[in-house]
Amino acid sequence: MSPARPTSARKEPTPRKAGKKTAKTRRKTGAGSPSDRPAAGHRTDLLEAMLRIRRFEERCVELYSATKIRGFVHLYIGEEAVAVGVNEALTPEDAVVATYREHGHALARGITAEAVMAEMYGRATGCSGGRGGSMHLFDASRRFYGGNAIVAGGLPLAAGLALADRMRGQDRVTCCFFGDGAFAEGEFHETANLAALWRLPVLFICENNLYAMGTALARHEAQTDLAMRAASYGMVAWAVDGMDVEAVEQTARRAAEAVRSGAGPHFLELRTYRFRAHSMYDPDRYRDKAEVERWKERDPITRLLDRMREDGEPVEETLAGIERRVAAEVDDAVEAAEQAPEEPVEHLLHHVTSASAEVS
Amino acid sequence: MGDGERPQAAKTTYREALREALRDALRADDRVFLMGEDVGRYGGGFGVSLGLLEEFGPARVRDTPLSESAFVGAGIGAALAGLRPIVEIMTVNFSLLALDQILNNAATLLHMSGGQLAVPLVIRMTTGAGRQLGAQHSHSLEGWYAHIPGIRVLAPATLEDARHMLAPALADPDPVLIFEHGSLYNVSGELLPATAPVDLDHATVRRPGTDISLITYGGSLPKTLAAADELAAAGISAEVIDLRTLRPYDAQTVAASVARTHRAVVVDEAWRTGSFAAEVSARIAEESFYELDAPVERVCSAEVPMPYARQLEEAALPQAPDIVAAAHRAVD
Repeated sequence: MSPARPTSARKEPTPRKAGKKTAKTRRKTGAGSPSDRPAAGHRTDLLEAMLRIRRFEERCVELYSATKIRGFVHLYIGEEAVAVGVNEALTPEDAVVATYREHGHALARGITAEAVMAEMYGRATGCSGGRGGSMHLFDASRRFYGGNAIVAGGLPLAAGLALADRMRGQDRVTCCFFGDGAFAEGEFHETANLAALWRLPVLFICENNLYAMGTALARHEAQTDLAMRAASYGMVAWAVDGMDVEAVEQTARRAAEAVRSGAGPHFLELRTYRFRAHSMYDPDRYRDKAEVERWKERDPITRLLDRMREDGEPVEETLAGIERRVAAEVDDAVEAAEQAPEEPVEHLLHHVTSASAEVS
Repeated sequence: MGDGERPQAAKTTYREALREALRDALRADDRVFLMGEDVGRYGGGFGVSLGLLEEFGPARVRDTPLSESAFVGAGIGAALAGLRPIVEIMTVNFSLLALDQILNNAATLLHMSGGQLAVPLVIRMTTGAGRQLGAQHSHSLEGWYAHIPGIRVLAPATLEDARHMLAPALADPDPVLIFEHGSLYNVSGELLPATAPVDLDHATVRRPGTDISLITYGGSLPKTLAAADELAAAGISAEVIDLRTLRPYDAQTVAASVARTHRAVVVDEAWRTGSFAAEVSARIAEESFYELDAPVERVCSAEVPMPYARQLEEAALPQAPDIVAAAHRAVD
């Protein structure tokens, strides 16, 4: 993996131009140069947000094994830096469109562990009223538009949300998450063309975890340089180290600001990795265990902790406090889900149309 | 349809009636916009939106790339964000490229989100055969869409419905698909300036009768009315039901008609196997079995991809004599 490497078909909206110099610049920002270094409290926030996702999903594994939760469950473990770093660049007015591997996106967006866990349990208090499950988390109040289990199926929605903002003159960003597998779908290319053609305020976030289910990138794409391909549509595109939460945040912030200021869609290829299998059903036979271990050495949580230690921050107490809070949060979420009422079977046909949606 | 006694009736066509409905909608609500392939500069693949670009500008009459999935999906996203998009798809055959968005998103988001995300979207498209356009421009797939919970499926067959279905469709908080039969665009007649909004929940009786119910919708309505004329000449009083809305299906109007006539012919331009006519027939069998004095007859297209040659296409499609023959089988 190369470090961050920008590709741009157009001039970048910021003083940093695309080109040879930028890779160096990014490495520097990724490592947190003294001038760019954020306040220690912010790093703590990033750490807590990543650990919330990690511990939540570790509990999901246990609950799945105990058959408390069912269905397809796609874990985000290893990719936490992407959801957390990107979310830092968004405001509550922005929109988020996510995939079926979206527990991290949902939690980073502020949907509570309790609401997500209740949805995993299929309970009435779940963020989709028990009708969505792990793959279909929604929260209209946070402009969180799923939870789309068709690869690339959310991309056109993102274009439409952004089109509405553009037509009404609102400086909001629609952030659309999708995986490398989406590059093989026509919807990615149709949407990239449409968004660039109409200069829609979309922030495309490609989570390149190197596998489309069990098919390695090089086995599903003729050209594996995804940022370059996105740039060919006439949008600014950068590749970023997706295991470095601070690099993700800084690049996402820059891209989101450009999108917000009317510079048209931006594309980030976040090079990341899932430590777990595609889903809980997946025996994970298609990849080398040594490869997984190599990537685990770049664990985004450990990496941030190491950086904090290097900078002399009081990590151990901080970490202990976060772990306690997060564990309690997850415990409470599970307890609440266990106690939560089931959606009554009499409500089966509610929400098919708005006229059938009158749940009290 | 013409009624010389009513005042201010204006001569118009189905195409112009659709255009006036669009113009009204764009004028009435600035959240409304029209989007699709060639709807702007070209004036619409079938000329429906001619002149609207000049009146409303390119932001609200929006030419799209040839990307059915992306622009239908963008319509869904814009609807989620509070706009009222009208998306035009050139033909129902092309809509299959957007079927993922229509089924997996438009029809499904409200339910999957536990009622949080309604999709107030209108999608218009051409359907049907009769113009020698061959197999990839001529099929009648609205029955497939009527299979899907979460959407409303409309088939305007008259000038009145072409003119007045759009407003209530836009007022519906959920996705509405409007199927305009290609052979109807040039149909002309008198249209009264203002009628009550079209009732999108119910079928309607286009011609009352006592001996047999002819049940149809969309492009087959004129042929069915012609068949009813011919049957009247033979002393058979045929009632013609225009379903108008395929989903939700109005079983009551159909059952009430069959209770009066005791015989039914279902006319549907789609293929017989798995067609909407199959659904109508099954519902009659379920709900009106003891009213029937004869088996339900169906008149559908031949089970063939629509051919180009004129005589083959005509032979493939339901025609008035086929409807008359089916009625005679039921009555005689």
